[in-house]
Amino acid sequence: MEQLDTPHVPVELTPWDRVQLARHPQRPHSLDYIFALCEDFVELHGDRRFGDDAAIVGGMASFGNRTVMVIGHQKGNDTRENMKRNFGMPHPEGYRKAQRLMRHAEKFGIPVLCFVDTPAADPNKESEERGQGNAIAESIQLMTVLKTPIVVTVIGEGGSGGALALSVGDRILMQENSIYSVASPEATASILWRDAARAPDAARALKLTAQDLYTLEIIDEIIPEVPGGAHTDRLATMDTVGKRIAAHLEDVCALDLEVLMRQRYDKYRRIGQYEEQQSFAGRSFL
Amino acid sequence: MKEFFRRTKKSFPADQSSEQAQIPDDLWVKCSSCRELIYRKELNDNLKVCPKCGHHMRMSAREWIGLLDVGSFSETDAHLLPTDPLGFVTPDEAYADKLKKSQHRTGLADAVLAGIGSIDGLWMALAVGDFAFMGSSMGSVYGEKMSRAAERGAELGIPLLTINTSGGARQQEGVIALMQMAKVTMALSRLAEARQPHIAILVDPCYGGVTASYPSVADVIIAEPGANIGFAGKRLIEQIMRQKLPAGFQTSEFMLNHGMIDMVTPRGELRDVLARLLQHYRRQSPPMEEDDDGLEATDATPIYVHGRV
Repeated sequence: MEQLDTPHVPVELTPWDRVQLARHPQRPHSLDYIFALCEDFVELHGDRRFGDDAAIVGGMASFGNRTVMVIGHQKGNDTRENMKRNFGMPHPEGYRKAQRLMRHAEKFGIPVLCFVDTPAADPNKESEERGQGNAIAESIQLMTVLKTPIVVTVIGEGGSGGALALSVGDRILMQENSIYSVASPEATASILWRDAARAPDAARALKLTAQDLYTLEIIDEIIPEVPGGAHTDRLATMDTVGKRIAAHLEDVCALDLEVLMRQRYDKYRRIGQYEEQQSFAGRSFL
Repeated sequence: MKEFFRRTKKSFPADQSSEQAQIPDDLWVKCSSCRELIYRKELNDNLKVCPKCGHHMRMSAREWIGLLDVGSFSETDAHLLPTDPLGFVTPDEAYADKLKKSQHRTGLADAVLAGIGSIDGLWMALAVGDFAFMGSSMGSVYGEKMSRAAERGAELGIPLLTINTSGGARQQEGVIALMQMAKVTMALSRLAEARQPHIAILVDPCYGGVTASYPSVADVIIAEPGANIGFAGKRLIEQIMRQKLPAGFQTSEFMLNHGMIDMVTPRGELRDVLARLLQHYRRQSPPMEEDDDGLEATDATPIYVHGRV
């Protein structure tokens, strides 16, 4: 695989600064990437169960000389579009649409590219009624066993289970100023201290930057951004992302399916840090 | 004289850490639902279900072992201890200290108790959450024990029973905690390959990352009556989404009505239901052999039409 120079960090940004950059409204969103990097995109709609969720987009497209299934969270570029897209927070039908497209990809032997950019899964009453927990769980389960390569790129916010439901894959790439976290800093501050205003503290403690995730060995590569953030030079940003995805896609497509599946299993199975004592005897917490 | 009756504000010794452990082992317990006094032994014999109103009280992981055949349980992976992978320190409290406190208070290493046991002589791998340990939140040890339980089931060719109660992913382990959702689900694919079932019991309360991962894709999902089960917490929905929630929202019965679980089963009937289920799986036919020369084989196989060969 073609190697990239070590990503440089232009200025010392605090985690909270990066949260702001990751959420910047002018940052390229999934459809921007799809139109910039792919040709012949055919968007596919609907989960065949309840509806079509505009917070997740997907379809078939040509990427380089391959056909791929692209699926991504979609935020809006302005308030009106954000209302339509629910600020990129998917409902259960969004995840079920994604599952349908992934099965489709598996059936026709098409690799899957995912773009992750969501604050969280939609937390309203209707989503609970339609089984938000179930929809996310089924997406995760499907991706653990999907017999086709999956390359995931976090292009903005990777918020909680809502992001994980599109990001179980063979390669996880993150842009330099994107974030990925167990919950949004506001939610964590609210859960731990009942005070959402302390989000900057939470952002620091959560270790949610691309650099942190690379150190924790959860992601495979950090994609550098231009100084100032992705929104300051959208075309250059998208070009870099496209090249890195292409390199990783070539890698995983070259693998034998059996090897691919074994690597995916091991990739996730080893995540976690704990102490393993040789003998438990004699230890007491009391 | 007035002075005599005035309540002086002398609080109890504020030893927060031992608050829970110090609850005296007295003879009577007050039901948290109907407020009736219940004789403790009667309550324990009744699997902590209130004999007056049927309210299901929370059980510790150890107490859940009472569901199994007496003496059948043996614990596994007890030697896994949590660490502080992120160095999670905030002005209020460090995760490392919180862990120590919780371990001291509950006598548990972390939130999950795992092992092997039987019901009606039918063996299974078992993993049980304990809400008393940091709300049974899912961190590395939780994920690892669940994953090992699933892999053990696959290896030994026995079903997996998980008893789940959780506030969700453990915030203090950040994205590592989130990834446990994928990890446990990954491990469960081994159990599925071994054609062994995963039966999940949801008990009060079960939220967040746990609801949004492995229990929700179990082969059979059983919930206890009146348990609170959901993805987003009610406080969040009411305060942030500004939505009014109807009575009975996010309960077991709500989940059953919306098709998300298989059944709502009172604790007293769980053993019986599990025994029947396990019996069925044990009777399953061996997997259909995929023949290399399958096509030729079909040529020789007589076609079955309308009951005649």
